[in-house]
Amino acid sequence: MALDLDGVASVLPSSQEIRLASRSLGDDLRQTDLSVPTVHCAACIQAIETALAKLHRVEDARVNLSTKRVSVKWRGDEVPPFVAALGRLGYQAHLFDPEADESDKTLSELIRAVAVAGFAAGNIMLLSVSVWSGAEGATRDLFHWVSALIAIPALAFAGGIFFRSASNALRHGRMNMDVPIAVGVSLAYAMSLYETINHGDHAYFDASVSLLFFLLIGRTLDYVMRERARTAVKGLSRLAARGALVLRGDGARDYLPVGEIEPGMQLLIAAGERIPVDGKIIRGTSDLDCSLVSGESTPRNAVPDDTVQAGILNLTGPLTIVATAAARDSFLAEMVRLMEAAEGGRAQYRRIADRVSALYAPVVHLTAFVTFLGWMAATGDWHRAMTIAIAVLIITCPCALGLAVPIVQVVAARRLFENGIMVKDGSAMERLATIDRAVFDKTGTLTHGQARLVNAASIDPAMLAIAAGMAAHSRHPYSKAIAGLGGRHEFDAVSEHPGFGIEAKAAGSIWRLGRRGWAGWQAPTGSGGRDGDGGTVLAKDGVFVATFEFEDVLRADARAAIERLNDTQVSVEMLSGDTEASCRNVSGMLGIDDFVPSLLPSRKVERIDTMAKDGHRVLMVGDGLNDTPALSAAHVSMAPATAADIGRNAADFVFLRESLLAVPLALEVSRKAGSLIRQNIVIAIVYNAVAVPIAILGHVTPLIAAIAMSASSLLVIANALRLQGLGADPAARTAGPGKRSGAGQLAQPS
Amino acid sequence: MTTLAYLIPVALFLGALGLGGFLWALRSGQYEDLEGAAERILIDRDDKPGR
Repeated sequence: MALDLDGVASVLPSSQEIRLASRSLGDDLRQTDLSVPTVHCAACIQAIETALAKLHRVEDARVNLSTKRVSVKWRGDEVPPFVAALGRLGYQAHLFDPEADESDKTLSELIRAVAVAGFAAGNIMLLSVSVWSGAEGATRDLFHWVSALIAIPALAFAGGIFFRSASNALRHGRMNMDVPIAVGVSLAYAMSLYETINHGDHAYFDASVSLLFFLLIGRTLDYVMRERARTAVKGLSRLAARGALVLRGDGARDYLPVGEIEPGMQLLIAAGERIPVDGKIIRGTSDLDCSLVSGESTPRNAVPDDTVQAGILNLTGPLTIVATAAARDSFLAEMVRLMEAAEGGRAQYRRIADRVSALYAPVVHLTAFVTFLGWMAATGDWHRAMTIAIAVLIITCPCALGLAVPIVQVVAARRLFENGIMVKDGSAMERLATIDRAVFDKTGTLTHGQARLVNAASIDPAMLAIAAGMAAHSRHPYSKAIAGLGGRHEFDAVSEHPGFGIEAKAAGSIWRLGRRGWAGWQAPTGSGGRDGDGGTVLAKDGVFVATFEFEDVLRADARAAIERLNDTQVSVEMLSGDTEASCRNVSGMLGIDDFVPSLLPSRKVERIDTMAKDGHRVLMVGDGLNDTPALSAAHVSMAPATAADIGRNAADFVFLRESLLAVPLALEVSRKAGSLIRQNIVIAIVYNAVAVPIAILGHVTPLIAAIAMSASSLLVIANALRLQGLGADPAARTAGPGKRSGAGQLAQPS
Repeated sequence: MTTLAYLIPVALFLGALGLGGFLWALRSGQYEDLEGAAERILIDRDDKPGR
């Protein structure tokens, strides 16, 4: 079965589009970045780089295998035909939105911080071990001074990340995990410095720096995982039009970016292009694929004076439309506006780590303060009281707690990544674990939005072969379905009549494949005039010889996925913009009891809001532009790789593989991750319950603090790794050999 | 104990050298395509003159 990715994304970017997306490197040199999801080995790299370098005016081509991208540097005004060259090699390339540099900066800052903290922690630990093993007097003081010096850059550079986050949280009146970390680390440093100056025995430089090091590792891993998922999602082909060919009054044609198209301009839309802005057809007839826009699975016939919305795919014939709205007022913009309005439940969600730390930090700080007062009252020695209070702070500094959540989420995200499921952030997994209701869109999510011939068996094979030969000349979904059945046939001439069908001449006869009323002009009027699903026929000289019936192809494993969701006490509902008849058909096949047909985008949001008000946590799975507001309204959302661009960006999870079993798998892993997170938090709390009394009694030395902190961190990490083994069975089922695809390879582990 | 006077600076200098090396590698983009770097060793270089 052809993967739907291929079907949707087969439109090559035009050279104007490439030029628009390229960036100038100065001196006539331009760079274009292309996403090539199917590169996977050294042979691919070599093939691509040599083929592109041979092209005229291409200066340099470099493949990045990790991100599956090719960057091409070229000169001149004309765009070298590199997309076509890649196509000849068998690699499908597409443009993607150049990402902001911001994310890269964050990552390199994190990695630099880890490096600096690691260097400092290693060296200070070396000196501390000498102190613990008996260095005394001037030697100990020297070691403490050197440690203090090394710790300064680490604190300033690596600690800065935590200090900024903590001060940011406090300024907004919130509490997060970084507040106790920042307080603990800076107090430990200050106290140790005081001890060093006064020739004291105990300095906690090692504790404060290695704490930063451990926490930064967890944070960096978390970031890398999310960044990988984001890169994979960004590398998917862009479905929205980037620009359009504008027909000027004087006959000139200009390719303008979408943002510069004004109402009243005339646009040329070739077959296979998406409509960039809302408009009205003034010339041409065609068939339109509205599945991304409205959820209708049946292509719509388009004639002059019809209105069209941005995002519709023009299938068969060229159209001239007049823009009726600028891009910022188009259907797409309307969806973005609805989406922003709908963002509610998610923004209010507070992450487990933040909720825990909101309780944890005050308790810890209060304990340290009470310890100080207690020792003050008991001994009157303020220096001793202060030392012990700070030891309490250090021992309770949430090292294990800070790792408990991110480590589990990193391991879980990796498991999902291996199965082709991209997670945008950790809170998405926490939210997914709580759902009790799943809402699916129909076209493109439960089904492919691609037609399949259902009555092939009852059609005369000879007629089927003729029909397949004719259908190969069209990109209409029904034609593709018929052409996919194979069969070769020679015709004298074949022409496509957009909006009607295909006409072929062979051996003196005229064959027509298409709408009933158009193909069968000789047929008795009683049977003609019916369009739609049952209306596709093959006619010879105007007499029907075969009738074709189509249905929507279900996504692989859709039924199994729904059953597994039902097994885990999640009730399933289908919301669609399509007609009641086709919804009933699909829901019958999948065993979904609840469905609501013919919904407008805003009604989908209302429906989800109603469920949320009834106390349900809703998962929304959808792909169309019309689903996007619902995706942001839901508690958590998923989208397939074939979804509209803004839908993919709005969704918390994006699954790249064909199988719908991704949904129950993500749910399963998220739930398991949720329980591991809770276990880890319990482990961290138990550790504190044991360690804090020892610290309060004043028995904690820097050596004990270092051992206790490392041990609790290791325990938490070991517990998180148990997730690796989970769900080996469902993974094997979802990642079966036949299901791998170009998109699947993108998600293969390195 | 006088050995410490030069051993500690030497140890720190070597550590700093490692750290500096890592930061340089990071800055010069050597970590940008780890998978590609691993695969590229399998590519035979084109030995034709002039390339």
